[in-house]
Amino acid sequence: MCRLAMKTALEAFSPYSVLTAMEAMQEGYDGSGLGLLLRGLTFTDFNYQPDSPILSGIAHSEEALHRMDAYMQENGFTLKYDHEFEVNPDLIEAKDRFKYFLRVYNHPKNWKDFSTEQVENELMLSRLALRKNGEDHGGDLTVFSFWPDVAIMKEVGWPLDVGNTLGLNDNRITSRICMAQGRQNTNYGINLYACHPFFLQGVATMTNGENTAFIPIKEWLSGSNFPGYMGYQSDSEVFAHILHYVTKQLKLPLEAYKHVLTPLKTEEFAKHPQGEFLRGLRDSCRRLIIDGPNAVMGTLPDETTLLVMDAKKLRPATIGGNPGEWALASEMCGVDAMIPERDKTLDYQPMRENTVIIPPDRKEYKIWSQFDPFPLHQAA
Amino acid sequence: MVSIRSIPSTPSSLTYHDLPWVIEHREDRCTLCGKCTSICPKEAIQLTYRRQRMPQLEVLKKKRGSTYRTFLGIRQKTNLNNRCIGCGMCSMVCPNEAIAPVPNSNDERARFHSHQNGDAAKRGGRRNVRESLLDRIVFNRISMLTDPALDAGRHEFSVNTLLGRVLSPEEYLKRQMAGEWIPPTREIFPFVIGSMSFGALSPNMWLGLLQGVAYLNEVLGIPVVMCTGEGGCPPWVLRSPFLKYIVLQIASGYFGWDEIIRAIPEMLCDPAAIEIKYGQGAKPGDGGLLMWFKVSKLIARLRGVPEGVDLPSPPVHQTLYSIEESVMKMIQSLSMAWNFKVPVYPKISGSTSAKSVLNNLVRNPYASALMIDGVDGGTGAAYNVSMEATGHPIASNLRECYLDLVAQGKQNEIPLFAAGGVGKNGNVTQNGMALIMLGASGVHIGKYVMQAAAGCLGSEKNRCNVCNIGICPKGITSQNPKLYRRLDPDQVAQRVVDLFQGIQVEMKKIMAPLGRSQSLPIGMSDAIAIDDKAAADRLQIKYVC
Repeated sequence: MCRLAMKTALEAFSPYSVLTAMEAMQEGYDGSGLGLLLRGLTFTDFNYQPDSPILSGIAHSEEALHRMDAYMQENGFTLKYDHEFEVNPDLIEAKDRFKYFLRVYNHPKNWKDFSTEQVENELMLSRLALRKNGEDHGGDLTVFSFWPDVAIMKEVGWPLDVGNTLGLNDNRITSRICMAQGRQNTNYGINLYACHPFFLQGVATMTNGENTAFIPIKEWLSGSNFPGYMGYQSDSEVFAHILHYVTKQLKLPLEAYKHVLTPLKTEEFAKHPQGEFLRGLRDSCRRLIIDGPNAVMGTLPDETTLLVMDAKKLRPATIGGNPGEWALASEMCGVDAMIPERDKTLDYQPMRENTVIIPPDRKEYKIWSQFDPFPLHQAA
Repeated sequence: MVSIRSIPSTPSSLTYHDLPWVIEHREDRCTLCGKCTSICPKEAIQLTYRRQRMPQLEVLKKKRGSTYRTFLGIRQKTNLNNRCIGCGMCSMVCPNEAIAPVPNSNDERARFHSHQNGDAAKRGGRRNVRESLLDRIVFNRISMLTDPALDAGRHEFSVNTLLGRVLSPEEYLKRQMAGEWIPPTREIFPFVIGSMSFGALSPNMWLGLLQGVAYLNEVLGIPVVMCTGEGGCPPWVLRSPFLKYIVLQIASGYFGWDEIIRAIPEMLCDPAAIEIKYGQGAKPGDGGLLMWFKVSKLIARLRGVPEGVDLPSPPVHQTLYSIEESVMKMIQSLSMAWNFKVPVYPKISGSTSAKSVLNNLVRNPYASALMIDGVDGGTGAAYNVSMEATGHPIASNLRECYLDLVAQGKQNEIPLFAAGGVGKNGNVTQNGMALIMLGASGVHIGKYVMQAAAGCLGSEKNRCNVCNIGICPKGITSQNPKLYRRLDPDQVAQRVVDLFQGIQVEMKKIMAPLGRSQSLPIGMSDAIAIDDKAAADRLQIKYVC
């Protein structure tokens, strides 16, 4: 079963501390992969400004790296910083990793009049073009993200081994948010793109458990013709895309996510203050209803963090911590490993109707219930 | 050699070995009670005096001779009008298991003589093909180690579906903000009692169905709806709170719609939906047919016609210049009649042209669904050739339409309902869930309901199948009070409840191993497979062997 660990803190910390939590939760792994997403980045070797996009991925050959450079140059991106990992390749199985790249770029000059939406769209299209470029060349180029203030690393292997391979214990990269997920969804084959966390235009999620409603959800998202709704090497990718759809396409508040994933029952809507509106929303988004057992952890561009469960709550996850730093993990021992010194009376496992939201100030977490009034007064 | 004329032979002369069903009678068990002959709906058997030679040989007298004994025996009539239909009512009433019809294993020559009196053969039932592709679909994506299967008995399951047009999320939010019209939807049980008219069914059968449906909704909370078929709805039902469980059908004969329109101001609630019938799986491209045998005083009054005349509906609606025009006019008019608060959807027969109808509906903001009825659908009366040879199987037709919607991203907006052979061999839940996973939002069942709830004797071995002439031996499709009083509406209601509760349990038993409980697995094509490569390719599902 997948293991999830996430930490969010006002002070940047090393991703290695989250990997130790993964180690604490190692029962249940099969060593099939690790994914790491860092947000709110600090580099010791570079004074990073958070509006510059960071390209994360793996070039599996020198030729692929050159092609990637050529693409970036042709499209007007200028390289500001190239993070050199101190790689120890002996710790992992894969032998075709020519370079793990984490590069900071400047936007092309002609983007300066672009709206935020246009910039976000162009960044996504650039990532997709590079991904396609790799796929067209036998999969020699893997691109995880191209977005400001976000770095993603994915590799097949045991989490701590992957961390050691990339030298993440050297503190050269730290971040205010670190999401880590161990074990791929092996239902659909082992593939670097199948590793969580999944990312689209600033929205990221990772999940444990299988989403058995995957195919109908995938078909619906694919049919919407939004170029970013693609991939789907894992059934869990749809969680990220649904969060993207709800917050960025429908522009609904974060609370709507839970109402879309696991809507209330008809008889429960009858007692809800905005029951009629929410029932209509459920019907319209019916193809996005998940069928877990799942715990979904997500982060948004403003560093808001969330945790929701499926409605059957067969994969409980826990949040615990102190004002200013919070840890979320699929097992209690993961929380203990990340923040051992904490008031454990504040630990919480959300129920089927809850969304746990940690706002960017990280002072306290909010437990929001689907039975609470919905915060979109115009609509309701 | 005897002269030709002395042999009673005409072109249509048959012996009982030429008939589809042969009566086997055991004289040693028969008590001559006469129940079998009096119950036989076709008067196919009669008690006759028979003579038997008793050979005698008196050895001492060196004489040979015979005596004759006379006895009462059962004789099967061999003229076509009285041919045995295999219903088996004779066995049912026989106190001594002395009589039974058996299917003729010899050449059945009677079929060559089915066209009589200037007309072609007509009958009720469905296509006489026993095989069902749906029966061969298995649910094989079982959640095993990583994510265990659910507990069908203990988890909560959401098994209902939506009938009605659903807006895209963007459009829904836009209209909510602007306070605009949101199309009506109904949350219903995905197995719908398909359109069987008050006229095709006996009053007792109809009442039993309605009682069962009301109990399912109001006591058990299973929101089953039933469709009237063409022929209107009893006036007391139109003015009752049970109307909300009824889908009113309008078809090309518009039978019964005077009563319905007049009742609108007095209706206590809206009907579940309006179904506009453009076609039917059992007789595609042909109109409805209620034969004169069944046009009783009550039916005549309900339909606004004289008693005892054939009621054939035209194959097309009077407004039908083109499907576009028809959809526009009929769907909008009927929506308007109920103030745009009732879903209105067309029913068509399975056809290679189904996709073009669907694409038209997708662009019509008032169309609420599409119901497609496949070649194995049943009927109360149709020409045999229509039933046997015309139509399109439902599985590939539905799948094609669903995938067309998927390609447009509209699969949640226009729900597809499927029918035609669901439960043909008794596997009703399996068949229905297979269609749901191929993309249907729900299925209609008619023949299965008659068989399971009222004991209909019809089968695809051409058993019984005389629904058209009003002699239904069980009283299900007859307007003759002597026959329909055999059917107790309370018992039908009880069976309706039993069968839908059973379907609900089986749905959970199918969904739980697949790890599904939160929503009906519409289009979950990764969960199904079939042991036929060509069918798997056509349906775009997995092939297993």
